[in-house]
Amino acid sequence: MSLLTIHHATKRYGSHLVLQDAGLELTAGEAHALLGENGAGKSTLIKILAGVVSADRLELLLRDNPIAIHNTADAFRHGLRFIHQELMVVPQLSVAENLFLQQPYPKRLGLVNWRKLNTQAREMLAELGIQHIAPEQKMARLSTGDKMLVKIAASLLGDGNTTASVYVLDEPTAALSATETETLFRLINTLKARGCAILYVSHRLEEIFKLCERVTVMRDGKTIVTKAIRETSSSELIQFMTGRDLKQIYPARVKSYSKKVLLSVKKLITSFLKDIQFDLHEGEILGLAGLAGSGQSEVLRALMGADVVQDSDVTLSGKLFKLTSPTSTWAQGLALVPAERRTQGLVLTHHVSHNVALPHLHHLSYAGVFQNKPSQKRLAELMAQKVGLKARGVFQKVRELSGGNQQKVVFARAMAMSPRVLLLDEPTRGVDVGAKVDIYNLIRQVSHDGTGILLASSDLGELLGLCDRILILKHGGQVALIENADLSQADLLTLCYNEGITA
Amino acid sequence: MNALRLFRRFGTLAGFLAVVIFFWIQLPDTFMTLRNWLNISQQLSMLAVVAFTMTIVMVMGDFDLSVGSMASLSGIVAALLFSQGYSVAFGVSVALVVGLLGGLLNGLLVSFVGILPFVATLGTLTIFSGIAFFISDGKTIFGRDIPESFSGFARGGIPIATIDERPLLFPNLTLLALLVLLVVWLVLEHTTFGRRLYAIGGNTEAARLAGVRVRLLRMLAFILTGFGAALAGLMYASRVASANPTQGAGLMLDAIAAVFLGMTMSEEGEPHVLATLLGILILGVLDNGLTQMQVDSYVREILIGTIIVAAVAFSSFGRKH
Repeated sequence: MSLLTIHHATKRYGSHLVLQDAGLELTAGEAHALLGENGAGKSTLIKILAGVVSADRLELLLRDNPIAIHNTADAFRHGLRFIHQELMVVPQLSVAENLFLQQPYPKRLGLVNWRKLNTQAREMLAELGIQHIAPEQKMARLSTGDKMLVKIAASLLGDGNTTASVYVLDEPTAALSATETETLFRLINTLKARGCAILYVSHRLEEIFKLCERVTVMRDGKTIVTKAIRETSSSELIQFMTGRDLKQIYPARVKSYSKKVLLSVKKLITSFLKDIQFDLHEGEILGLAGLAGSGQSEVLRALMGADVVQDSDVTLSGKLFKLTSPTSTWAQGLALVPAERRTQGLVLTHHVSHNVALPHLHHLSYAGVFQNKPSQKRLAELMAQKVGLKARGVFQKVRELSGGNQQKVVFARAMAMSPRVLLLDEPTRGVDVGAKVDIYNLIRQVSHDGTGILLASSDLGELLGLCDRILILKHGGQVALIENADLSQADLLTLCYNEGITA
Repeated sequence: MNALRLFRRFGTLAGFLAVVIFFWIQLPDTFMTLRNWLNISQQLSMLAVVAFTMTIVMVMGDFDLSVGSMASLSGIVAALLFSQGYSVAFGVSVALVVGLLGGLLNGLLVSFVGILPFVATLGTLTIFSGIAFFISDGKTIFGRDIPESFSGFARGGIPIATIDERPLLFPNLTLLALLVLLVVWLVLEHTTFGRRLYAIGGNTEAARLAGVRVRLLRMLAFILTGFGAALAGLMYASRVASANPTQGAGLMLDAIAAVFLGMTMSEEGEPHVLATLLGILILGVLDNGLTQMQVDSYVREILIGTIIVAAVAFSSFGRKH
C-alpha cells in the first residue's frame, strides 16, 4: 500500500532549478534509499517534506489523501519524523525526561512522578528492543548512537494524537560505530514491522543493500530512477549517480611534474589519523579522497599545525618540518585554503586587503612592528588581479562579495607569498561554475610553477580532472595511493567505498 | 538607506554635538570656556586611560572587569611604599609592575587556562580588591605619607595663558592621557600587533589558521590593559593625594560604557580608540554640564545610563536592516 507519494516536487532558487519535477513513492513497511551526489537535490526534497522550505510546486498524497505541508507543525501532524546527525536533545536532562519532552510528565499530587516516568520510559525502550539504555541516565553521557535511538523512541510517542508513519533518516550512521549501526538497523526493522515507511539517505552503499527494499537515485534535481534493491548493483547505482562528464572544465596539464620530492610524510599521527605516508613532488597535485569524514581535512589540518599532532616524521625539501602551529607552518612555506571560508578562512567584516595580508603581516611591515600599509595594498591589488577577483577594489568588505569571490580572496592570501606547498580543503565548495573554472585554472597554473598541491575534495570530478595521483582514506587511515590514469568516477567511488576493485 | 547608514555611523557624533550645544545655550557663561574644557579633560583623564587600554582587549571581543580594583591596588601599593620611605620613582615603578603582573594573570587565565574573560576577570577583580584591603588594612593612606613631588604632578601643568590674573594650566594628567591615547592609537591602528588583534576579534579561528598567535597576543593585550589600569590608579592617587582600597571602583563600568558608545560609530561594531575618546567625552560633558546645571547627582546617573542604553540600542537596531 502506498503510504506517502510525492509528485512534481519543483523548487527554484533564482535562476537555479534545484528540484525538477521530482517524485517518489513510499510504501508501508519499506525502507527506501535516496541516493545522489552532493547538490543533486536530496536535502532540498527532505526540507520540503519537513516544511522548512516551501516548494514551488508539489503534490503530496498520504494514504491516497492529498495533504499540504506549509511548516514543521504540519509535517509533524501528518506523522512525518526527521532524524539527522545534529540531534536536538537536552543533554542536561535524563533519558526519560528527553523521551517525554513533548508530552506531559506523569504526575502525582501535582508533582512529577519520577518513578512512573522512569518505568514508562523503560517500557517504551524495551518495546523497541533497546535494553542497554537506563532511563535515569543523563542524556549527555550517552553515545551519539544511543542518543539517536532515544530520539527515535521519543518520536514514536508523538504528541499523543498523531502517530508517526514516515521516518526520514539523513545520513544517520555518519557518526556511529559499527555496533551502534547494528542497533539502529534493528530498530529500523522494528519500525518497518509496525508498518512505518523509512526514507533512508546515505552515501554508504553497503548499508543500503543490507537495509533497504527499494532505492531512488537523484541527479541534477530530478529523480532518475527507482529500482528494487535486488535488481540493481552498486556499480549500476554509481553510474546513475554520476553519469555526466565534466572533464572539459578542467585545464589539462601541459608539463609533467618534477621527480623531486618536496614534502615527504613518513609518519603523521593524531587522535584520528594513523599510518599516513606519502611523498608530494614539486609541481604535483595530490588528491585526498574518501567518504565524508574519512580524514581528508584532518591530514591538511595536521600538516598545517592546526590540530594536535601526536607523532610525526615530515620533511620539506629534505629538511625536518615542524608542525607546531599554523604560525610556524606558514613561515616554513605552507599555505592553507580551509574548508569553511566563512568560519575558518575570512574575517568577513574586514576588507580584501586585510584578509590577503593577514598571514604575511611581518613581511609587509617596517621593522616587523609597524604596518607597511602601501605594501599591503600593492600585494592585495597584485593578487586580486592574479586570481581574477571581481570587487570594487581592495578596500571593499569581504562580506559584500559573492561566495566565489570570497573564495578567490582566500586563494589570493594563500598564494601571496608563493608557498612551497599549497593545501586546499574543498576549494570549490559553494562556488558557482564560473568561479570554479577560474579556480581550477589557478590551481593548474600554480602547479606548473612548481608548487606542490594537496587537494582534498568531495567532488570526484574535481579530483579526477586535476590530480596526478590520489590518496584514498578511510576511517583516518590510508587505503590506497593510485595514479590518476584512465580512472572513471565509478572506479574512484568504488575505491572510496573500499569494495575491492583492482586499480 | 544611505541616509540611515550615515546617521547610524555619525549619529553618536551628532548626539555629542547636540549635547554640547545644549549646555552652551543653557550655561552661556561657564560651559564653553577653555578653563571648563581643561577642567573636564583633567577630570576625565583617569577614566580615559582605563578606557583607552580597555579598548585593546575589547577589540578582540574580550572584557577586563578587574581594571577598577587594579587601579585601587596600584594606588595603595605606591602609597604604602611612600609611607615606608621609598622614593617616588620606586613606588611608581613597583605599582606599574603590579599592573603588568595583574594583566599577565588575567591573560594567562583567559588565553592559556581558557576561562571566559568575564569570569576570569570577575575573579581577579575580587582578588586585586582583597589584596588592596589586606595590605592597607582597609584604611586610607594620606597626608604626610604622600610625598609632595607625587601629588604635585596632578596639580601641575604647562602654563598656556593667564585669564583674570589666574594662570591657566594645561594639566599634566590631560597630557598623560593624550600620550596614552597616542600610544594606543599607534598600537591598534598602525602596528601588525593591532591588525592581528582586530583579526582575532573578527574571526578567531580564521586568524589562528592564518598563523596569528592568538593565545600569545591575547595575553599581551590583557597585560597592556592591566598596565593602563595601574597607571590610572596612580593618576588618581596623585590627584587626591591619598589612596584607599575602593578608589578605582567606578572606573570599570564607565570605561566599558565609553568603549561601547564609541563602537556605535563603527559600521561593523568594532572598537576604535578615537571613537572611545568620543565616548569618554560624551560621558564627561554630560556629567560636567548636568552638575553645573545643579541636576541632582542621582538623577544625573539615571540620565547618563539612559543615554548610553539609547545610543547602543539605536545603533544595533539600525544594524539589523
